[in-house]
Amino acid sequence: MSKEKEREPLFSAKNLKLLKDPLGENNPITVQVLGICSALAVTAKLKPAVVMAISVVVVLSVSNVIVSIFRKSVPPRIRIIFQLVVIAMMVILVDQVLKAFAFEVSKQLSVFVGLIITNCIIMGRLEAFALANKPWESFLDGLGNAAGYGLILIIVGFFREFLGSGTIFGYHMMEKIGIYNIGYENNGFMILPPMALITVGIIIWVQRSRNKDLIDKS
Amino acid sequence: MKALRKQIDKIKPHFEKGGKFAIFRSLFDAIEVLIFVPDRVTSRGSHIRDGIDMKRVMITVWIALIPAVLFGIYNIGLQYYQSINVDAGFWQMVWFGFLKFLPLLLVSYIVGLGIEIIFAQIRGHEVNEGYFVTGLLIPLIVPVDVPLWQLALAVVFAVIIGKEVFGGTGMNILNPALVARAFLFFSYPKWMSGDLVWIANLVKGEGVPDTFSGATPLAQAALYEVDSMPSVMQMFIGTIPGSVGETSTIAILLGAAILIYTGVGSWKIIVSVFAGGLGMGLLLNAFAVNPYMEIPAYQHFVMGGFAFGAVFMATDPVSGSQTETGKWIYGLLIGILAILIRVLNPAFPEGMMLAILFMNVFAPLIDYYIVQANIRRRLKRAKSN
Repeated sequence: MSKEKEREPLFSAKNLKLLKDPLGENNPITVQVLGICSALAVTAKLKPAVVMAISVVVVLSVSNVIVSIFRKSVPPRIRIIFQLVVIAMMVILVDQVLKAFAFEVSKQLSVFVGLIITNCIIMGRLEAFALANKPWESFLDGLGNAAGYGLILIIVGFFREFLGSGTIFGYHMMEKIGIYNIGYENNGFMILPPMALITVGIIIWVQRSRNKDLIDKS
Repeated sequence: MKALRKQIDKIKPHFEKGGKFAIFRSLFDAIEVLIFVPDRVTSRGSHIRDGIDMKRVMITVWIALIPAVLFGIYNIGLQYYQSINVDAGFWQMVWFGFLKFLPLLLVSYIVGLGIEIIFAQIRGHEVNEGYFVTGLLIPLIVPVDVPLWQLALAVVFAVIIGKEVFGGTGMNILNPALVARAFLFFSYPKWMSGDLVWIANLVKGEGVPDTFSGATPLAQAALYEVDSMPSVMQMFIGTIPGSVGETSTIAILLGAAILIYTGVGSWKIIVSVFAGGLGMGLLLNAFAVNPYMEIPAYQHFVMGGFAFGAVFMATDPVSGSQTETGKWIYGLLIGILAILIRVLNPAFPEGMMLAILFMNVFAPLIDYYIVQANIRRRLKRAKSN
């Protein structure tokens, strides 16, 4: 890395791009198709989806910063194991906090908090970005990617809970609208995992028809 | 007819590109082609000219389905009047069944064709005949009392997710009619399974004696009540509760004869599905530990949707296997899986739908290996010479 002549402002256009890109045109789920498994598993209800999103934001942004700080002192041969230790530490911390302060949700999420360790997005960002960039940029990159992941989780969770259980955050929305009186029934299929896949697919479809650049050339 | 042709020719320019009603061009095109045969013929190169086109194939399947439709309509009435213990004349039953069946058919066609036309419009191609058969199949494979809005939703799902996302007619990997049924089955199990939904108005239960059970033979078998099942002859004729068009094996066999005679449906698939089912049935008989596993293997053919699925669903040329050897493997596995799911999995009373959908997914893989094996065989021959 060459030394910079001027100090870059904290929120320069380049840095903002790091934060914004993963939310839309470089979204980890809909464009890179990473981290799908947990997106399918925790989105049957909105609340676990939100908690999962927050957990991933914390884990990814903090581990990105830690890895970035040590990027010059860690020998390349052991970098993977080093990254894993950092991620595992963060995941255990998050898991313990959830167990202490949000036990119910923690039980719903069960193994999926622990499985954040294997979430491809996190390893991917550490390898691809944090190892080659300074801590502040890495922090923004981690925040952006995790937020992009969380955004899709929350959208999918919203539709699955609303159409599948008729509630939003456990609040009986459909009942309040009074739609059951005219014969409406909750769609049991929305709660099953296949519908998460199809919902993500529809989001990808909508995104690509709005942004033609994302369509594969073939 | 000539006057009509003249009239259509007169207004045609309005519907072409740049015309006044250009946005309705696919709708216009669909109607024109429906009334008259399309006037487009290939002009270059050498071709074998034949009258067979997609429309004729679809019409043939449609004709093959008519016996099942007519019997289904009669059976709706028959089952209803039996359930409320009323003696009714033949025409009274048919009329009741017709009134019950018509809304299902209308919802299926109006919603399905509506979406087809919208997609044809957006993508700028003509409306395909693909939905013509699917639209008739869907009301035949649902319980008579399924709420119409649920049916409409299932049709929307089947046409968009089952077909249009893959590129429309001819590109789908799953049979759209079965996608609609699977959607209903998993979304609204209350309306798609149990003992109440197979006979019209039984859910409301008005005038039905307390002792009456609307259970299908499959449900009875699953509960090991083999003795109370209707006789094989009765199930063969089809006077039993079940989805609208699936009950009568005779009507389905009539349709199968038409499909096989005209060559529209592959006899290899039909035969191999039955063979697979028979084999699996015999295997279960040999290791029977409960009354369901003991019922004669051939009896599975007349229960539930086995025959209907084998004749009208598995033979779908788009989602099924394309290679001739592949058709045997594809059909055999459908038969085996259907009976396996039906008898050994208590969560699903009927296995035909899932077996066919499952094998639809694997059909391209089967074809791939058949083609590869053929290539290897011929390469070997070429080398040895």
